[in-house]
Amino acid sequence: MSAPLIDFDEVIANFDPVLGLEVHVELGTASKMFCGCATEFGAEPNTQVCPTCLGLPGSLPVVNGTAVESAIRIGLALNCSIASWCRFARKNYFYPDMPKNFQTSQYDEPICFEGYLDVDVETDEGTRTFRVEIERAHMEEDTGKSLHVGGSTGRIHGADFSLVDYNRAGIPLIEIVTKPLEGAGKYAPEVAKAYVGALRDLLRGLGVSDVKMEQGSLRCDVNLSLRTSPDAPLGTRTETKNVNSLRSVERAIRYEMQRQAALLTDGTAIIQETRHWHEDTGVTTSGRVKSDAEDYRYFPEPDLVPVAPSAEWIEQLRSQLPEPPAERSKRLREEWGISEKEMQSVINAGALDLVLATIAEGADPAASRKWWLGELARRANDEGVELESLAITAKQVADLEGLVQSGRLNDKLARQVIDGVLAGEGEPAAVADSRGLQIVSDDSALLEAITAAIEADPDAAQKIRDGKVAATGALVGSVMKATKGQADAARVRELVLQELGQ
Amino acid sequence: MSAISRDDVAHLASLARIELTEQELNDYAGQLDVILTAVASISEVAADDIPPTTHAVPVVNVFRDDVVTPSLDRDSVLDHAPAAEDGRFRVPRILDEE
Amino acid sequence: MSDLIHASAVELAAQIANKTVSAIEVTQAHLDRIAEVDGRVNAFLHVDADGALEQARAVDHAVASGQALSPLAGVPLALKDVLTQTGVPTTAGSKILEGWRPPYDATVVERLRDAGVVILGKTNMDEFAMGSSTENSAYGPTHNPWDLERIPGGSSGGSAAAVSAYEAPLAIGTDTGGSIRQPAAVTGIVGAKPTYGAVSRYGLVAFSSSLDQAGPFARTVVDTALLHSVIAGHDPRDSTSIKEPVPDVVGAAKSADVSNMRIGVVRELSGEGYQPGVQARFDEAVELLRAQGAEIVEISCPSFTYALGAYYLIAPSECSSNLARFDAMRFGLRTDDNGELSAEDVMRHTRAAGFGPEVKRRIILGTYALSSGYYDAYYGQAQKVRTLITRDFEAAWASVDVLISPTTPTEPFRIGERVNDPVAMYKADLCTLPSSLYGGPAISVPIGLGDENLPVGLQVMAPVMADDQVYRVAGAVEKALAQQWGGLLLDQAVAL
Repeated sequence: MSAPLIDFDEVIANFDPVLGLEVHVELGTASKMFCGCATEFGAEPNTQVCPTCLGLPGSLPVVNGTAVESAIRIGLALNCSIASWCRFARKNYFYPDMPKNFQTSQYDEPICFEGYLDVDVETDEGTRTFRVEIERAHMEEDTGKSLHVGGSTGRIHGADFSLVDYNRAGIPLIEIVTKPLEGAGKYAPEVAKAYVGALRDLLRGLGVSDVKMEQGSLRCDVNLSLRTSPDAPLGTRTETKNVNSLRSVERAIRYEMQRQAALLTDGTAIIQETRHWHEDTGVTTSGRVKSDAEDYRYFPEPDLVPVAPSAEWIEQLRSQLPEPPAERSKRLREEWGISEKEMQSVINAGALDLVLATIAEGADPAASRKWWLGELARRANDEGVELESLAITAKQVADLEGLVQSGRLNDKLARQVIDGVLAGEGEPAAVADSRGLQIVSDDSALLEAITAAIEADPDAAQKIRDGKVAATGALVGSVMKATKGQADAARVRELVLQELGQ
Repeated sequence: MSAISRDDVAHLASLARIELTEQELNDYAGQLDVILTAVASISEVAADDIPPTTHAVPVVNVFRDDVVTPSLDRDSVLDHAPAAEDGRFRVPRILDEE
Repeated sequence: MSDLIHASAVELAAQIANKTVSAIEVTQAHLDRIAEVDGRVNAFLHVDADGALEQARAVDHAVASGQALSPLAGVPLALKDVLTQTGVPTTAGSKILEGWRPPYDATVVERLRDAGVVILGKTNMDEFAMGSSTENSAYGPTHNPWDLERIPGGSSGGSAAAVSAYEAPLAIGTDTGGSIRQPAAVTGIVGAKPTYGAVSRYGLVAFSSSLDQAGPFARTVVDTALLHSVIAGHDPRDSTSIKEPVPDVVGAAKSADVSNMRIGVVRELSGEGYQPGVQARFDEAVELLRAQGAEIVEISCPSFTYALGAYYLIAPSECSSNLARFDAMRFGLRTDDNGELSAEDVMRHTRAAGFGPEVKRRIILGTYALSSGYYDAYYGQAQKVRTLITRDFEAAWASVDVLISPTTPTEPFRIGERVNDPVAMYKADLCTLPSSLYGGPAISVPIGLGDENLPVGLQVMAPVMADDQVYRVAGAVEKALAQQWGGLLLDQAVAL
């Protein structure tokens, strides 16, 4: 299915991309947007449903006050104006996973509007700040989930029938829509990724959502169009859905830019359509064509009354906002004594909160950063998941570092403990015990291994006796190998030198 | 206020997901035209500066606390579904993508 | 015929409370009456004899154990089939809901149960409450007990006919544009639409959310007020429910005192299109009120002329959205699911098979009125007209306490007479639409027989949350006429 693409540099040479991002955030409220059903992820199908979220005849919605509060807090954190009076509206369209066949949303009266979020991106000329302007953030409800059964692909096409679970129907969503983002040029993919990442950090900082992209609690749709120059009129855009990781945001935009550019270069018009991003194959495929026939027949929801947050309420919420992520990162950089670039790599890895949590559990900042940006980042990358989704907690990382500090583990053994923790074998200390991981600190055991190593490599031994200390490495290496890495390399070196009269 | 044609009714029926017969399309086109003519008087009212009323009694900020209340028993819901399977509602294959 | 079926709710409740009669006996007498006449009237879609007797037994038990009783404990009631009740089907008069048993009770039903009111069954109605004659029911028309060839009004025709035919002393209806008041008028009983938001809509199968309101039917004004006070009150499950306390409607109905009240006669709700007999009874009622010490003033409400247009845009618009959920996926009818048709086509086929012609007509009309390019001209403009109508009411309240008019322009027409003329049908609601759009309370009380010897009603309209005022005026009219007639208007009906 992959479309012809042209080289990214060539895209940039000939076209100017215009981006728009629509992010849906599932709020972390205990109950749904309009009813008291629980919102727990992963519950048995259709066990978190009631007349209201199933859209049964006669049922009525009542707004979750905490969801409104969260919406306002998000708006304030995004530098938005908050509407002094706004309403919910019905967006009418039929779909089997939408119980009422209208979505209760907001139309021309969003609760938050006209804001921005500044994001930093590394460019050829150094770090540059891009201002992503927010058009609106509004409240709405999620839909149910369909499982497509039969057919060859398991996808919607070719299925024999579908099975619907409405547990997710009615979970509060905030949709955050940017204004068209122009002028990012070749950095468009990075800017988009940085924006979604910054938004995620901000939402997490507010505590309004668990923002887990892989569980769908933060979902991103990307609008993209190309034009021949910044002065040219806007081109036809596509809307790519299902872009559900930070990496995918960047990849999907890059792909769509290359695909659209190939078509335009070829003289083919872009079709205004919905496209689907496929994480596995790294391509987008055509979905529904946006036709003029689409007519949502919005009108104010008559079953709900207007939302009119008082100025006092808004100011109270504003005063309770946490420190904005950008200011926090500046403060931490100073506290930790690291460069902006080092800080950026922590943020880009999605590790800031994890590092902070690890420090809070007793590890020092440098070690916390080392683990999360090094070994653990590598594991996450291998598994193709976000760092935060690794099966290890900040507390466990702090405990692990504690074992290293106490001298029980060296870094190599610590990595084996990580294996065990990720494999679900328990807490770090327990893993070390059950796997028998422990630095060999008994000198007599080490001396035995050293004697054997000297016998096995008399040449190296002689060089050391002759004062060529650099040759120590070979002997230390074979001792470490013999002790399966459980020795403290520094101590082995000391003993080797002592043994050979140095 | 324009007249409603048979094709308009067909388009509306498609938006409203109702299969109409040729006879119904023609009948409704005529009847809707009559109804719209009868209600057309409201457009005579110059109301540019008049705010709309959406609720009889103006009230704002009716919220509920974020508290979980019991959900329905799944069987009581699925027993009355046209078709169910594996704890889910079974529906015919879905053509349109969302 | 047993005296139990002719007794008022007040009398029945008193007899049950003092053990002159048991709730079981009262319930059984009404079940017997239903068995006797409902084949001809077709007021009920479902009679829940077992459930009713069980509720009656519980009341008798409470009486026996000396528990405090609510004022309507043990009194039977007919429930419009648009309110959900567990244990019995809810159809809303539609094929698309045939056999559906809701898993929850409407708030109104909960309150009735709590008050010990015995629910006899579910009554016939125009499909989804869309109509003024009960001819739009998928389950056959209801017949007017005064003349079985005539319509009983609608959409709550089954509830009105049940009370008028002595099948129940009390009934619940719903009123969106006149669906309680108009059937009450043409069946010769009392029916009230409370202030919008006074009675919870939770469990009321929605037709037009911003207008729908459940309310009481009875044969006397005091019975109607008692039922009103049982079902009204704040409900946190309905966001549009009013928090303020319910006005003392029972006290007002009993006082029936209109001396020194200022009563406005709406100029626009008379004249052309009003049957002479209707106008004559209305004029006599006005004189009756004047004789009791009320000051009568003529009031002009120019925007009322636009009520019909506004209503027939707002209600279909909202219904086109409210009825979208009837899609064959989660509950109710599903047709042509043969493994070949897609979900989209099964929805289309089911909605075609499950909805009647009037419902389809209104869904198509509402879809049109909301569609892009037309919203401002239709739905938007209609909501502005609503503001103008509200302003007319508010201007009136500066000089009068209540407004009055005939409830309907004509006596009940013959079954089948207007089915192919929607606009003529819609005009049955001409007088009741303004207060629906405004949201204030209104009541219909019998004032005599018209040219065709069929019932005529007086409508009384009051400011929002002044529900007590409509009962006060209705009570005064009822009292004065009872003196003339030696009883209720219904006593003049030919026995079934």
